[in-house]
Amino acid sequence: MTDNKYIVGIFNDEDVVMDAVQKIRSKGIKIHEVFCPYPVHGLDHALGYERPRMGVSAFLFGITGTCLAFLLTFWTLGIDWPMNIGGKNFFPFPTNIPIVFELTVLLAAFGMSFTFFFMEGLGPSVKPIIFDIRSTDDKFAMAIDLNKNTVSDSEITAFLSEFGAEEVNVKEV
Amino acid sequence: MAHKHETPSLDESFDFSPELRKKLIISAIIGIAMVALGAFLIQNHWSIGVWDSGHGAEHGGGSQHDGGDHHGATLFSRIIANIWMNSVYFLGISVVGVFFLSYNYVAKAGWYTTFKRVPEAFPSFIIVPAVIMLALFLYPETRHIIFHWTHHGIMEVGSENYDKIIAGKSWYLNFPFFLVRMIAYFAIWYYLWSQIRKYSLLEDETSDLAYYYKSRNFAKMFLIFFAVTSSTAAWDFSMSIDTHWFSTMFGWYHLASWHVAGLAAMMLAILLLKDKGYLKAVTFSSIHDLGKLMFGFSVFWTYVWFSQFLLIFYANLPEETIYFRERFTGHGGRYFAPFIINLLLNFVFPFLILMARDSKRNRVFLKLACGSILIGHWFDFYQIQMPGIAKDQGGIGIIEWGTTLTFASLFIYFVANQLSKANLIAKNHPFIEESLHHEI
Repeated sequence: MTDNKYIVGIFNDEDVVMDAVQKIRSKGIKIHEVFCPYPVHGLDHALGYERPRMGVSAFLFGITGTCLAFLLTFWTLGIDWPMNIGGKNFFPFPTNIPIVFELTVLLAAFGMSFTFFFMEGLGPSVKPIIFDIRSTDDKFAMAIDLNKNTVSDSEITAFLSEFGAEEVNVKEV
Repeated sequence: MAHKHETPSLDESFDFSPELRKKLIISAIIGIAMVALGAFLIQNHWSIGVWDSGHGAEHGGGSQHDGGDHHGATLFSRIIANIWMNSVYFLGISVVGVFFLSYNYVAKAGWYTTFKRVPEAFPSFIIVPAVIMLALFLYPETRHIIFHWTHHGIMEVGSENYDKIIAGKSWYLNFPFFLVRMIAYFAIWYYLWSQIRKYSLLEDETSDLAYYYKSRNFAKMFLIFFAVTSSTAAWDFSMSIDTHWFSTMFGWYHLASWHVAGLAAMMLAILLLKDKGYLKAVTFSSIHDLGKLMFGFSVFWTYVWFSQFLLIFYANLPEETIYFRERFTGHGGRYFAPFIINLLLNFVFPFLILMARDSKRNRVFLKLACGSILIGHWFDFYQIQMPGIAKDQGGIGIIEWGTTLTFASLFIYFVANQLSKANLIAKNHPFIEESLHHEI
């Protein structure tokens, strides 16, 4: 597994890494990912990420839950085993709303979580690539995939040092 | 550095121009004239407007004896009902101003600091509904129109008006205790607001943190007091109109209605001020967050409304279902349309329009949602109070538009007047920096 080669710049400061992201991108270099010890506001904008479309999955899973809940209550209380509760109709609309609401929320929440795990490639047996273990403590690590860039690695290394990286490592995975 | 923001000037003062003053006073007078005109037209059997009732005004009889009532409604009842309803509605919007400040103080929130002066100006209006409501309660004739339980002899055994159920509530619903409660609400709400306001204004001059801590103490006191009085005020001002009926959800429901209407009023005020070129420091991140609160609390209102409805629907007890029966089919079905409009404007429309992220950052969508929520909650209070006071005389016509116009004009006058008294941005508040750089 030596086909993927990354250059990892280690930064000490949030503002320096933000600045470096913008400068590196303006040189036409694609950044693989920046790893931070804590969420940095505005970094997603600086990296040019698109807005997540989690809402679409929430809607689809939610509407599935709504339909399932309606089918469930309609079939059980309306068709399979009609019961007389307080002299109401066999399928009174208001009494179904709590079930419908709960199942909508449940499926939307689970659906969104599993969509997120699937899209991000997270799971019990997955081993993520750790570019620099110190990014879980106090350092900011910027990883640049050499296979996806046409700029030579010595140039990238020079840019990273110029823009404030404390050290520049090469990581092969 | 990446976190550079252009920080606009924090020194802004709102100019309450004499023209605007004049316009507001004139529109308040037009509102009163509209009420007189509407009453005149109905007296003369001409009706204008949707669902306007044009008959039975001069008899004073013709009551349908719904909900165990023995007294008919007249045209005068309808006007009194309108004044009472608008007083309660605008009282709520005003008091939510200090409620909003208090929970944000106690939560040590910083996001709202740039537009803090807007909710801070609202409670100055408390005086107007307070005076009107006290007058309506102290004057015997209007008191009897609004509150069925104040009728003579209704709590005396042996009297022909004796009502056992109402007599059982006499420990809570009696004249002196009710009056004391009313005065306590108005006085203490207003006093706690005026203290928070005072220290907020002192903060503008010196950046002493002591004022912040003092405001925070008053905010805590307000929250504790309001936790109880928001419910009891709801029982007093709204639920005791339908004296026989009660609901344990009512306090929440009433507060939810007040709260979301207050948030919508804040949002509308901020957007209008921004349109005029004020409040440059308020970013769309703060507005987005206020929009989320609006969205969330319009859903919360629906949740509480539905919880009350579902319990009554399911239990099917006649003494409870009478409330909804009166609104569905009572008095010739005249309250069914407001009942449905209430749900459409307060839940369906804001839910659909405020769902997306971008619409909470868009002035047009936000204004549409604010309008819908403000009108919707007007209908909410309409359908809470009208069936019990105006009964078969209720309607929506010139009288309603006129009363609301007067109240709205006075409310805007008081708020604008209060805004013009201080710098529009709380420039020395300890969280002002956080608010200026708020980013979501």
